[in-house]
Amino acid sequence: MTQPVSPPRDSTDKVPSTGQLPAWRTTVARADVRTLSLLGVLAALIVVGGITKPDEFLDTRNLQLVLTQGSVIGVVTVGMTFVIMSGGIDLSVGAIVALASVWATTVATQEYGFAGILFTAVLVGVGCGLVNGLLIAYGGMVPFIATLAMLASARGLALQITDGATQIVTIDSVLDLGERDAYILGIPPLVLVFAVVTIIGWLILNRTTFGRRTVAVGGNAEAARLAGIDVRRQRLYLYLLSGLCCGIAAFLLIILSGSGQNTNGNLYELDAIAAAIIGGTLLSGGRGTIVGSVLGVLIFTTITNIFALNNLQSDVQQIAKGAIIVAAVLVQRRTASTT
Amino acid sequence: MAPEPPLLSMSGITKSFPGVRALDGVDLDVQAGEVHCLLGQNGAGKSTLIKVLAGAHQPDDGTISWRGEPVTLRSPIVAMRLGIATIYQELDLVEHLSVAENVHLGHEPTAAGFVVRGKAAKASTAALLKRLGHPEVEPGRLVGELSAAQQQIVSMARALSHDVRLIVMDEPSAALDPEEVDNLFRIVGDLTADGVAVVYISHRLEEIRRIGDRVTVLKDGRAVAGGLPAKSTPTREVVALMTGRNVEYVFPERPATPRDADVAPVLEVQGLAREGEFAPVDLTVRPGEIVGLAGLVGSGRSEILETIYGARKPTAGQVIVGGSVLRPGSVRAAVRAGLGLAPEERKAQALLMLESVTRNVSVSSMSRFARGGWIDRGAELGAARAATRELSLRPDNPSVPVRTLSGGNQQKAVLARWLLRGCRVLLLDEPTRGVDVGARAELYAVIRRLADEGLAVLLVSSEVPEVLGLADRVLVLREGQVVHTAPARELDEHRVLDLVMEGAPVASASSAVDSPAAGGRGPAS
Repeated sequence: MTQPVSPPRDSTDKVPSTGQLPAWRTTVARADVRTLSLLGVLAALIVVGGITKPDEFLDTRNLQLVLTQGSVIGVVTVGMTFVIMSGGIDLSVGAIVALASVWATTVATQEYGFAGILFTAVLVGVGCGLVNGLLIAYGGMVPFIATLAMLASARGLALQITDGATQIVTIDSVLDLGERDAYILGIPPLVLVFAVVTIIGWLILNRTTFGRRTVAVGGNAEAARLAGIDVRRQRLYLYLLSGLCCGIAAFLLIILSGSGQNTNGNLYELDAIAAAIIGGTLLSGGRGTIVGSVLGVLIFTTITNIFALNNLQSDVQQIAKGAIIVAAVLVQRRTASTT
Repeated sequence: MAPEPPLLSMSGITKSFPGVRALDGVDLDVQAGEVHCLLGQNGAGKSTLIKVLAGAHQPDDGTISWRGEPVTLRSPIVAMRLGIATIYQELDLVEHLSVAENVHLGHEPTAAGFVVRGKAAKASTAALLKRLGHPEVEPGRLVGELSAAQQQIVSMARALSHDVRLIVMDEPSAALDPEEVDNLFRIVGDLTADGVAVVYISHRLEEIRRIGDRVTVLKDGRAVAGGLPAKSTPTREVVALMTGRNVEYVFPERPATPRDADVAPVLEVQGLAREGEFAPVDLTVRPGEIVGLAGLVGSGRSEILETIYGARKPTAGQVIVGGSVLRPGSVRAAVRAGLGLAPEERKAQALLMLESVTRNVSVSSMSRFARGGWIDRGAELGAARAATRELSLRPDNPSVPVRTLSGGNQQKAVLARWLLRGCRVLLLDEPTRGVDVGARAELYAVIRRLADEGLAVLLVSSEVPEVLGLADRVLVLREGQVVHTAPARELDEHRVLDLVMEGAPVASASSAVDSPAAGGRGPAS
């Protein structure tokens, strides 16, 4: 270029004066508000539990139980968060957990001991995720339909394997992990796994190219494609990831219950989706956090626990959960529209 | 002229969306019984204007009067009650309902307030269809089974099922055969004879001459001409209003020495074609060269660009970058070979609106900042900052969300993406669409500087002065065919406009009643 080398630094193309820093700050503030409000809800629940049943609820054992119970669905929710953030949905998580848990506890599998159970559970989860992913990414099926079909077939296969019977685990090393006083590094094993999965999930989402691609595909799939991202392959990986989480969750459930049943993981898909939504994940994709989803899980499990301690039936629990979902989404819509 | 107030009078209509001012003080007067044509390029603001008129968008500023009374079109229902009906280009019909159900959707004839009287609905639908010249359409058939033309008739019947005073038709002829267009014009004639006003949007100038009474031309969200006589305004003048400059832009100077002809082209397109969109195209772009594609909407300019990029699969021909043939229909192959696209629809096709500038810039070269998938965010931010600074993107803070940027700066973010990726060929589709007039010169300078640094640039623009001012070489397109190639210096705006319009094939079919001056050869004003 010969003459007007670079355009004037202070050009006319300015952001309207309201933009710039304030907009940026509100974004940060809004993310914080969301997390803080979830923490606030959790704190309020703990107060309620502490007041209504001070002795039972605040007992260390009970709090451990809350976390342990939350671990299984928590691991599933981490995978679900990724899928929803990409604009997809996985309705088959509960069924995959069931199938993985029964396949991993058949007499034949148990012959291979601890490793056999763990390996099978994970492999079945990943296998189901692979089928989901291929159907959705390369078969062009809508995620809702593909995973609905998987839900039906995986449950059916689980029933076929068990014939409705509960498969008792006889491996001591597995059962030991489910004992009340089992600790690894001073943490109950299930809670430890949940924590590790959460941390790894957070790192993948926030610190890796995989996480970036997930957000890009969910935020604007066409833009992602035109930017050179392999959208289909990314979708495949995401359902694989969800399947992997289901396999891990199935293993945790085997430890927790000492058995495998075809009724395991019933309605996990709804709990996981609900937890992710409460946590601020946009159902249309492109926005969400692992921390939010995990807080969503903890809120749900805490409610269940408080209601159980207060001898309230599960119907009341369900109604409360429904109300919380509605309230959470309404609050998020408000915070989103105030900018 | 009319003693009574106009049927519709919009004045000073302003509407902004984040990052772009879609309408900037538009005036529009429509008289009862007239066909008022709305002309303008893509993005000129036509869609936004008719959405305001339909009550689907609320204007930020301006007033709307209906038969002399100020009104607020709070919602589509309010507009419909006044008698304003809109037939969108993307027909808003429910495919799985019958014709009659679609026509009466939302105002079904009922008994006892809620029982739908199906027979009455069918009878009145049949009457409407007959009036529209399509008695063969069965009111009981599913809309999804009908042809595009028939669906449009259904959409029109729905409009007429209300007590309609004004019908907005958004490119109604786009999907129609010549005979169907004739029928459409007959319908429009009948409507206006009944005193109904028609706002008619089309890119086909010869149609406007045939049925239009007056023309309003929109450009960059402004009405650059209002109420011109549709039949007597010279075509060239109308096109010049649509495509011309309304500000004297400062274009950067071309390099003093023209690019060496023996530098090997980095992009070679050989016989590339897509059936029904554009005929085989040959073109080359050398490093440092800006090649422009000029043409009206529908000339195939964007399609050519997207096909080169692999976003559409060609039916013939090949694209060669740096000597190797690209896998057809693969965006990833194109990006890997060094192509970068700044698409026409920035928000829909390029930007991740929820994300920061940094992430929008780095999205195509993430792996460069990653080891084993792990992103070095410091390096990423640094690189994004360097790239955006080089383009003087404002604000100078790549952490802000991209949606808070102005149109021009959003475009710079897209350019920075490819700059960071280190691409060799930049494909620019309407690079100044939605960019404030004041910011354009700066964007032009940026594009020229990138070319001077060795990038090959292929530019598509609907604004002829933009192509002539920025490009080194220009290919003129008409109806999917390259009709002329020449250095930009040897062309002027009038010559290009003539080429763009000259003897357009559609015109030959429908310009029988038209004056022979349609080619724009007559002395312009």
